[in-house]
Amino acid sequence: MKTIIPVGPYHPLQDEPEFFKLEVEGEKVTGLEINIGYNHRGHEYLAQKMTYEQIPFLVERICGICSNSHPIACVQAVEDLAHIEIPERAKYIRTIIAELERIHSHFLWVGLAGHFMGYNTVWMWFWRYREPILQLFELITGNRNHYAMMKVGGVRRDIEDKDMQEIDKVMNLLESKTDMFIKAILDDPVIAGRLEGVGVLTKEEAIRYGAVGPTARGSGLAIDVRKDDPYAAYDLIPWNIIVFEEGDLLAKAKVRLLECIESIKIIRECLKRMPHGEIQTRVEDIPPGEGIGRAEAPRGEVFHYVRSDGSNIPVRYKVRAPSYMNVPSNEVAVKGYTISDAVLVLASVDPCYCCTERMATAYYKGKKLSGKELLKLSWEKTEELKRKNSLKV
Amino acid sequence: MIMDELEKEIRGKFEVLSWLPHSPRRVYIEIDRKKITDMAHFLYEEKGMRLSTVTGTDTRRGVELLYHFSLDSFGVIYSIRVIVPKDELKIDSLATFLPAANWIEREIHELLGVNFEGHPNLKPLLTAEEWQSSRYPLRRGE
Repeated sequence: MKTIIPVGPYHPLQDEPEFFKLEVEGEKVTGLEINIGYNHRGHEYLAQKMTYEQIPFLVERICGICSNSHPIACVQAVEDLAHIEIPERAKYIRTIIAELERIHSHFLWVGLAGHFMGYNTVWMWFWRYREPILQLFELITGNRNHYAMMKVGGVRRDIEDKDMQEIDKVMNLLESKTDMFIKAILDDPVIAGRLEGVGVLTKEEAIRYGAVGPTARGSGLAIDVRKDDPYAAYDLIPWNIIVFEEGDLLAKAKVRLLECIESIKIIRECLKRMPHGEIQTRVEDIPPGEGIGRAEAPRGEVFHYVRSDGSNIPVRYKVRAPSYMNVPSNEVAVKGYTISDAVLVLASVDPCYCCTERMATAYYKGKKLSGKELLKLSWEKTEELKRKNSLKV
Repeated sequence: MIMDELEKEIRGKFEVLSWLPHSPRRVYIEIDRKKITDMAHFLYEEKGMRLSTVTGTDTRRGVELLYHFSLDSFGVIYSIRVIVPKDELKIDSLATFLPAANWIEREIHELLGVNFEGHPNLKPLLTAEEWQSSRYPLRRGE
């Protein structure tokens, strides 16, 4: 017998407005319908009423986690439109900000994934070491979030030498801790039991759904805007793309964890190679035409399109966030797994609904399912795996 | 080199109305709207491109759709431009074979009123349920 379990429109676990209709037969998930639009704020329309100087501030407020990836794609779109070259120091500063953001965003995700599995220690530790990055942001930019660093033609603020030493200190701390966490997480048989072979998104399906970012790279697709269409200083320093073939939750987790290490390396290289000099170029009038800016946000490719008629206000502004491509892929990734796994699978793409766009109660076997109960279902599975494991030993 | 070959191949296969290389990694190609599914099949299936997104704009010529296909191995974006005239707002849907186009076509349908023929589920995606279906937020002069 088929039962529909509604999760949302205010997601009880991810605290964001989206609506999942899980179609289940017994414990197995057989279908999924996704509804969004509960948080549509009309950013594209608003951007068409603002000047090129104001738009980066507007698009910065699309996402509260990766608040730098939209502005960086935005300024690149305008720079592509007007053929503006930015100074080399600005390129390095953009890279440092973008990579710091990637580490804190991935830490946030790993922490939440730990919490959903019933590993609250993972959650506490990761969020504890996310804090130094936010403090670093406050030191460099004046804000813990919404940094307001991007500007058409360069960056708004310079990074001072004494701040660079502080960045280096935090990187040393994070490197040793991330290393320890990766070993601890990947060695744990219960975590492996929860993640391995669950929520598989095959390479073919990833291509069909146009998946981007760690979701695509966990399914064996080696795509990364930083490598394919290099911006900022990504083509000036050596670094590697992290790709895993399996497509399950473990692969996606590994991609994100190892990317943190890679980001630390990138930041160190930037600090070493950063030349002194200008941080902005003077921007004359914006000519008529069109431009596309892309950036690799922690969740994948951010795409911005801008069209100008020669005035100081764009005639069309288009934004496409990575979760817009990744969330639909859940339709295939969640099929065939249990409800307790679905909690993790739906979270595995690191969805960002404020990017893509209310709590209703969920019904399970005729009962209402609250956030606590969904968590309980997931935690019970982990406990069961723990018991089985201890029996083996 | 590969890009030159691709240009020749596209020009040989399709009637290109305009070819605009804006910058080394950005190409804008205008074709007839009836050819969009053939073009999408060619770019996605034969050339392995990824549909990044579609931009819909209300212009004087009609509703303009820009299908942004990304050739990831070279970092190039091929934006396929088609014009959908306002008196006949119809175009073939890509969502029939490409799930990546599903949401964006629903979005353009509700914001600009373009009908995607053959789309499996053309329900509103972003606007509220009580929104009048005859009013399109991104249309000019409305």
